[in-house]
Amino acid sequence: MYKLLLSSRYLRTRFIALASIISVMLGVATLIVVNSVMTGFRYEMRDRLHSLISDVVIESRSTDGASNPELLEQYVWEVAGEYVEAVAPTVEIYGMLTFELGVGSRNKEYAHCPVTIIGIDPEQQDAVSPLRVHLVGRQPETDDEGNVIAPPLFPADSPLNWELSDDAKQYRADWLYIQSLREMAYGGSQPEQPFYEAPASEADSVAYAEPDPFGQSESIRTAELTPDARTGGATAPSTFDPTGGEPASELFGNDPIKARDPDEPFPARVYVGQNLIAYPFKNEETGKTEMRPLVLPGEDVHISTIKTGLPEPARFTATVVDVFRSGMSEFDSNFVFCPIDELQKVRGMMDPSSGQGDVTMLKIKLKDYDDAAIVVERLQAATDKFAPHKFNIYTWEQKRAPLLQAVEIEAAILNVLLFLIIAVAGFGILAIFYMIVVEKTRDIGILKALGATSQGVMSIFLTYGLSLGVVGSGVGVVLGLLFVHYINEIEGAISWLTGRKVFDDTIYYFKDIPTEVSPWMVIWVALGAMAIAVLASVLPARRAARLHPVRALRYE
Amino acid sequence: MEGRGSRQATDALPHPALQEPRPLRKVNLTTSGPDMPNQLTIRDTIPMSSNRTQPHLSAVALTKSYIKGEIQVPVLRGVDVSVERGEFISIVGQSGCGKSTMMHVLGLLDSPDIGEVRLNGERIDDLPLGTRDELRNHVFGFVFQFYHLLPELTLLENVLTPLMIRHTAWEYFKRRGEFRETATEIINRVGLSHRLKHRPSELSGGEMQRAAIARSLISKPEVLLADEPTGNLDATTGAEIMGLLQRLNEDEQLTIIMVTHDGVIADQAKRIVRLSEGRIQTLEEAA
Repeated sequence: MYKLLLSSRYLRTRFIALASIISVMLGVATLIVVNSVMTGFRYEMRDRLHSLISDVVIESRSTDGASNPELLEQYVWEVAGEYVEAVAPTVEIYGMLTFELGVGSRNKEYAHCPVTIIGIDPEQQDAVSPLRVHLVGRQPETDDEGNVIAPPLFPADSPLNWELSDDAKQYRADWLYIQSLREMAYGGSQPEQPFYEAPASEADSVAYAEPDPFGQSESIRTAELTPDARTGGATAPSTFDPTGGEPASELFGNDPIKARDPDEPFPARVYVGQNLIAYPFKNEETGKTEMRPLVLPGEDVHISTIKTGLPEPARFTATVVDVFRSGMSEFDSNFVFCPIDELQKVRGMMDPSSGQGDVTMLKIKLKDYDDAAIVVERLQAATDKFAPHKFNIYTWEQKRAPLLQAVEIEAAILNVLLFLIIAVAGFGILAIFYMIVVEKTRDIGILKALGATSQGVMSIFLTYGLSLGVVGSGVGVVLGLLFVHYINEIEGAISWLTGRKVFDDTIYYFKDIPTEVSPWMVIWVALGAMAIAVLASVLPARRAARLHPVRALRYE
Repeated sequence: MEGRGSRQATDALPHPALQEPRPLRKVNLTTSGPDMPNQLTIRDTIPMSSNRTQPHLSAVALTKSYIKGEIQVPVLRGVDVSVERGEFISIVGQSGCGKSTMMHVLGLLDSPDIGEVRLNGERIDDLPLGTRDELRNHVFGFVFQFYHLLPELTLLENVLTPLMIRHTAWEYFKRRGEFRETATEIINRVGLSHRLKHRPSELSGGEMQRAAIARSLISKPEVLLADEPTGNLDATTGAEIMGLLQRLNEDEQLTIIMVTHDGVIADQAKRIVRLSEGRIQTLEEAA
């Protein structure tokens, strides 16, 4: 009893104890805040990484793909059907995206970006990994506070397809009109037969309407289009000549001989990653950085890739249907989604007689991701169905292992370093306790004279250390959780005070700082801090216990 | 009381080394009272207190020296004292003659190099550490020259400290009302009932010493060891404390051993032991 009474009294009457409590508290609070933010970032990053890679992937080692996807799909259901929710066959191939920079000069300027072209069936793809949520046209437009200011361009429940939205159709008509004006002004190409045009003539130098490059940022939804900003694009296809004597119909899947309705979009449609066709622009008026588009839905872009077999170029023109924005810059600046059959046709993966196309990848969504390891194991074991030399089978985590591991290791190292802060606090406690033991030498003698055992005296100081740890980590936990809860407000206050943005959302793509408080982390941090406080008090407590009662009583 | 009065300093006992080992018995401490449990069974052996044929507390050939640097400084050089139950003796001598050391050895705060301390005829100085701690708590009450109250605790808490040490936290918590009553009663007896919630720093010297006496009484000791209880007090306050000690001795037959260097104070005891250079010089009946 006296142990509890005395240690609580020492706690209340010694200001020096406050120093130990504060150091423990700060250590605990820092650990909790840093851990929460790191975990929040990690979860967010995992979510975003995972969102575009399905749970399990069967990838053919050859970029030419594997034939008979239906049979493969059937195999998947046979081998691990009880775990599988959906399977989507896709074709993934690297390639190049080309579009014209919309400057109204006579000389056409093209931008070329290396991309990953993903041939999908949009609904199937959406079933294995969310796609709809990343398509800008499928989301309502919001202002900075998150209030909806415009409904999505497509009705919320409409199936994912490759149709243009009404706004995009409208824009396309305007855009084509501008193109034709340009053709008239500079003379040359006929947009009706884009694939067989000679390159646009660069003859006359009639200055066309002054372009306003920034006008493009005005949303096409406002219908206040600034077509003058977007000149020359429809003629772009003319720069692509069909290769050799190859029949164009086989190559592009559309009949070039038949006169196309110029308003009709190309049969190949694409969702293009936002970072490919937009650039960040800092608006001086609002001080905010916004993405300004270079290409808008309704325009045409050109895609080049390789055919199967020995590398030969394959090219096609496609109409942009929607913009894809996941928040992972790696994806947003790399991915172009197009219809799988168009890609198969262009690459020559389609068997003309059966209409069956080869695929390079089967994306599998599981009912429960925790079973991923089992599923991968089973699929790998089924060597008769998925020959290991032909197929690579992995979970999304295995695919992303280097990045995920790097982040994990970073978090672990940071944790160790931060725990050292608490260890430093522990040494503070050690020093302070030694002082307190010296100061209390006489009291220890009194207690021993009154019959207190050495263990009893020792436990006074151990209890004291524990209560320092409990109070310090308790306050630290509360402080840390409060900090995490109000982290965005605190960030705002610091930004306001320093005049510098601490957390730049254009860099991180997050509007708010993501945090994730794991209860186990909090418990471990608190327990660790308490353990360190107790350990630090062991030495002084032993010293107290070993004091000789008479010498302690005589101590001045 | 039997055996009171002048005795020979040395009992006719053989030297401790020659003595046969006495069978140690598990006993009940007779610190019983109406409000105190009388069945305090202690793990190890505690000498029986009802043994009338033996002196209550005795020291046999106590020898103790301290090592200062490389020199061994003898403090006690074979002291033999025995105290009967209910006796009030004072140990006097000059500073450094070893009277405080003797008291510490008698109260088991220190152990002798050679010699024995006996309680009711049973040797107690060689008991295990834990048993000695328990004996200090149950049998001995200490009063010091500098009061030695714990500055963080109130007077009431200070008085209750021995009971807190004796009982586990849970036991103490269950019976705290009862203990508090006992403590208040004892504090009343030393005349400090108006100071219950005060810290030692708010008390005067006399009050602190009375509080220390109250603290030593709460554990219902058999022997009260007082080390210069009036050494730090003026004559009037010292006389009050002495009066209190005498009342305790007379009313409750409490055995009191008091160390002092003040002849006037020493004379109030019933017997005086004079120590000089670690030896008993004279034993005399108080006037």
